[in-house]
Parts: sequence; C-alpha cells; structure tokens
Amino acid sequence: MPHWLQLMLDSLGPLLWAGLVFTVPLTLLSFAFGLTLGFLTALARLYGPRPLVAVARFYVWIIRGTPLLVQLFVIFYGLPSVGILLDAFPAALIGFTLNVGAYSSEIVRAVIASIPKGQWEASYSIGMNWWQALRRTVLPQAARTAVPPLSNTFISLVKDTSLAAAVTVPELFQAAQRIVATTYEPLIIYIEAALIYLALSSVLSALQDRLERRLARSSGLVPEGAR
Amino acid sequence: MIRLAGIVKSFGELPVLKGVDIAVAEGSVTALIGPSGSGKSTLLRCVNLLEVPEAGELVIGAETVRFTGRPLDREAVRRVRRQTGMVFQNFQLFPHRTALGNVMESLLVVLKWPEAKARARALELLDKVGLAHRADAWPAQLSGGQQQRVAIARALASSPRVLLCDEPTSALDPELSLEVVDVLAQLAREGATMLIATHDLRLAARVAQEAVLLDAGEVVESGPAAQLFSRPRQERTARFIATLGHGAVPG
Repeated sequence: MPHWLQLMLDSLGPLLWAGLVFTVPLTLLSFAFGLTLGFLTALARLYGPRPLVAVARFYVWIIRGTPLLVQLFVIFYGLPSVGILLDAFPAALIGFTLNVGAYSSEIVRAVIASIPKGQWEASYSIGMNWWQALRRTVLPQAARTAVPPLSNTFISLVKDTSLAAAVTVPELFQAAQRIVATTYEPLIIYIEAALIYLALSSVLSALQDRLERRLARSSGLVPEGAR
Repeated sequence: MIRLAGIVKSFGELPVLKGVDIAVAEGSVTALIGPSGSGKSTLLRCVNLLEVPEAGELVIGAETVRFTGRPLDREAVRRVRRQTGMVFQNFQLFPHRTALGNVMESLLVVLKWPEAKARARALELLDKVGLAHRADAWPAQLSGGQQQRVAIARALASSPRVLLCDEPTSALDPELSLEVVDVLAQLAREGATMLIATHDLRLAARVAQEAVLLDAGEVVESGPAAQLFSRPRQERTARFIATLGHGAVPG
C-alpha cells in the first residue's frame, strides 16, 4: 500500500470522529438556532414597530459587514475581558448562529415579501387572522422559494465551521492540523480534510435537490406525466 | 340586510368614496357598476374590511361597525369577515392546496371543524359548482373558469351572509366567464345574497335584481337592474351603459 494511502486511512478515524462530534453538531445546531433567529429578525423588519425594525437592521448590518473570523475572536477572546467567559464550543455556536441569523433573515424577508398581497387578502377574506394567514398561506409558499438560497447558506456554514479551529474547537479541521503536527504531511492530510468537507456538502446538495422536487410536486407545478 | 351608510374613503390625497349609501336586502343580488376608478371595488372591499373607511357605518346582520378613523376592534373585524365571503378578480386560490384543500381551509382553520366534516362540506360545495370530479386537482391544473368556481366554493364554505364578488369574470375570456356566470345565477336562484362589482353587463343583467351605478365615488343612480339598464333616468347612467357597447340588454 502506498504511503499516502496508508496515512489517509490511519487519519480517517480521528478526522471523521472530530467531524461527527464537533463539525456536524455545530453545523446543525447553529443552523437551527440561526434560522429561528433569522425568521424572527425578518418578521421584526417586515412587521415590527419602528424601534424593533432599527434593532434588526443594526444587527444585520454589523454581522454582514464584519468578517466571521473576527466575530468569533471577539466572542471567544474578547468577551472574557468584560467578564463573559465562554467555552470554545458555545462561543463558536453563538458566533455561527448570529451569522446564519443575519444572512437567513434577508432571505426570509425577501421570500415573504414576494408572496402577492392577494394571498393575504384571500386568507383574511375567509376569516383568518394575521398569524393564521402567515402560517397557513404565506410561509408554505415562501418556503418553496426559500429552499435554494437557504441551502446555500447551509452549505456555506458546513465549510465555515472550519473557522472554529481558530477558537480552539477540536472540530474536523483542527483535528487535521493536529495530525499534520505529528506526521509533517500537510498536503495529504489537508486534502483528506477537504475531501470530507466535499462529501458533506455533496450530501447536502443532494438532499436540497430532493426537497425542492418534493415541494414542487406538492403544489401542482410538476406536470402529471412527470410524477 | 347589509347596509353601508355615508362611506368615505380616500387613498392619500385621492378621494375614492365620497359618502356612499347602499343597502342590499337579504336574498337579493345587487350589481355595482361603473367605470374603472369609480370606486366600486373599493366599496366592495369596505364590506369585509379589507379597506377601512374613514367615516360611515357598516351594518351586517346583528353587527354594526362605525368608522371613525381609529383602528377597528379585531374581534369586530373577525365577526364581519365570518359573515362575508369574497371572490376576487384574479381568483387568488391558494396554489399550495388542492381544490378541496382550498375550500376546506376556512372550515379547518377558522371554524375548527373536524377533518371529515370539513371534507364532506367542501365536496358538497365543489359539487354545487360542478367540480367535485376535480377535487384533488391543484389550482395550476385548472382552467381560469374552474379556478374561479373553486374560489366561489371557498367563499361559500363558512356559509356567509353575503357573497362579495369583485369583477368575478373580468380575468376570463367570454367562453370561460359563461361558466362562472352560470354558477352565480344558480346561487342567485337559490336565494344567496350577493354584491357584485362588475362591468360585465351580461353578468349583471342575468344575475342581479338591483343595480347601483357608481361614478367618481358617488352613487349616480340605483334601482331595479332591468330598469336601470334599459331606461336609465340619469344621463350619466345612459352614457356609461352605451360605452359598454351592448346596446339593449335583455331582462
């Protein structure tokens, strides 16, 4: 067996383990929390009272206008000087959640605003209140449009979690760095790490595809023959 | 009885309704006619409070709503909307629900009926508009006329006191609009109360007993539909009917 293959096989276990224990949970949790935050931020900007709109805009402005790596450093290395001491994982989780929240709020805001006014009026005309109209009529339609851009955010997030290595989270990329420190084989190990990220995002792309097709089908947009 | 009195509404600086009074008797059909921009759609939308007038009064059944420029009580809005059904010019079916799902929606969500009961009632209504066989179709798979008939069934689902139709045939070509006119005529025969904004004289003449001509936000003339179309008292009414290019109208 060639040396490089042996090396890859030997390090596959620790790399996958780090991915399973840190990268995947960090991705899933920060996407779930971030999407919730993004949804609330979008509602605040669309329907909230003025002060709330201002807060939401300020938040999105700050997060989108500064580098993610710098945000992580501020949270993990900066906040302790004002007495807020966070472990590496929660610090990274907060950073990624804030990030996903800001970007996804723009997506959610756009897709909600794209639903025609007539759909709200039709909902009100059959007696629904605002919340029922949003939940039953607007969001299901908005969700369909939101899947491609939100999947984009999700896939970016998987890759971005490698930045957590810089704030000492022992995730996939940091595991790779540690292996390189003992084997002195940066090319092989970093390519292996890259391949694992590639596999993860490919799985997500495939899931996105299936979800899109399912949503299209459940709205009669696919002709009968194609089912 | 549905009564609107002294209805005033403007969009910004533009006055749209300048103190309109109309009354619709239970079991009768009134056509609101008038040129584009006359305010007939706006007046119709004031009945289910999609537009809130600045002044005036709405009486629908036991409910009286006075417009004072202040926000309305949410419960009152809800009670008014439960007593009204609306059919829109562009149908506005929910594209993510089947024909059946569209009709069931208010029963499930607003009236909280159990699924089976809602389904039975919705199928009954789809049958009434001749579309029981298309119950599982998506709106995108239906013709315009079929979509509007589903929309009528949806509007009728919660048994409203009055059916409001906003230009129900204007988005349809003549052939398809005929099937919608047929359904509305059938409802009228069965005693439904309707207020129909339209400039389709064929629809108005066939379905309505009463007609109101609105121009520039004011009632120009009102009375029995047949009389208003064939022997208008007002010069403006005669001119408007002539512009529709139908000449003598049957009825």
